[in-house]
Amino acid sequence: MTPVVDKGVGKLEQALRRGQRARSAERETAAAAAARLSSRIASEGLADITYAPVDSPFGTLLAAATSRGLVRLAFPEEDVDALLEGLARRISPRIIEAPASFDPVRRELGEYFDGSRRAFELAQDWTLMSAFGRKVLGATYDIPYGGVLSYAEVAAEAGSPRGSRAAGNALGSNPIPIVVPCHRVLRSGGNLGGYGGGLERKRFLLELEGALPGRL
Amino acid sequence: MSVSYGVTRPIRSGPRAKSMASGLPPFQRFLDTHSECVWRYLVSSVGPTDADDCFQETFVAALHGYPRLRAGSNLRAWVMTIAHNKAMDAHRARARRALPVEDVAAVDGRSTASPHAVEETLWSAVRELPDRQRSAVTLRYMADLPHREIAEAMGCSEEAARRSLHEGLTKLRKMVSV
Repeated sequence: MTPVVDKGVGKLEQALRRGQRARSAERETAAAAAARLSSRIASEGLADITYAPVDSPFGTLLAAATSRGLVRLAFPEEDVDALLEGLARRISPRIIEAPASFDPVRRELGEYFDGSRRAFELAQDWTLMSAFGRKVLGATYDIPYGGVLSYAEVAAEAGSPRGSRAAGNALGSNPIPIVVPCHRVLRSGGNLGGYGGGLERKRFLLELEGALPGRL
Repeated sequence: MSVSYGVTRPIRSGPRAKSMASGLPPFQRFLDTHSECVWRYLVSSVGPTDADDCFQETFVAALHGYPRLRAGSNLRAWVMTIAHNKAMDAHRARARRALPVEDVAAVDGRSTASPHAVEETLWSAVRELPDRQRSAVTLRYMADLPHREIAEAMGCSEEAARRSLHEGLTKLRKMVSV
């Protein structure tokens, strides 16, 4: 049944809609309420994943964390929507942007990039790694600042002496680059090998750590 | 060769059970998409003073239930249902405090000299409508929902939603001269 719309109701509807358009000025108020909500959700620990942009010499990185710690660090060229959808699928869709909670990550990365920090202390969550990836990246995590290993050496440390190609793949899908230092793994003989973030960045990180001179 | 350098290892955790809610957008995207619609509805339904509390409660409740939603659910209808329930709670709480709705319009600080004076008077009158009529009118003209989603948010049939809407408009026409 469609209600009979007489002239009076038609004018009324128009006035109601004008009122709605007047309210579109409240878009900013709505955005402010949403921002208050995001920070409340983060501070009360109601989300399963928080994320925020983090500055670096490579541009703006995207950092994501669970209650356990940093779970993902992404280079600027990665698609943010695709990345967040992946986290929603693999861990939880309760994902909220929370810039303030990443201050420790910003501080440690800042210190690392200005050369005053040689080891990261921030909590990490290695959930996104496969079982084998965890072994390979675990061996990688033990390489000290300024040191390097070959793919074969890391594979051997991970318990697969012949698995240097598989180790290379595991390093290439490192969800927390820079912090888990996959850039410290080179090809035997000193060739740089590969890097998920591009070889220029791998060279930059190794030079920052003083690992390159004498090696190439 | 040894690679034991005494570096403190992070806590290793095994893979967690996969989310049941595959296909749902990240909650932040959901919030960005629907916050304006929810905000407009709440400001109009309960007034600016209570809107923020209702808004926060709506999305905190939504966050709580979010992972259990089926992919492909109508997310707008779902969040408007929650917003509608929070608005009803606020109206009931206000009735208990015996604060007349007219006072709320005064608290708004919107004088009749505002350029949208007619519309503001009209929307103040909407807030004085009986619950179902107010909900239907606000969901239709402030949140822009189709009849099917108005019915979903109010938990009634589409026919009943259309009826409440029509009754609300008829009553409004008697209350204010547009």
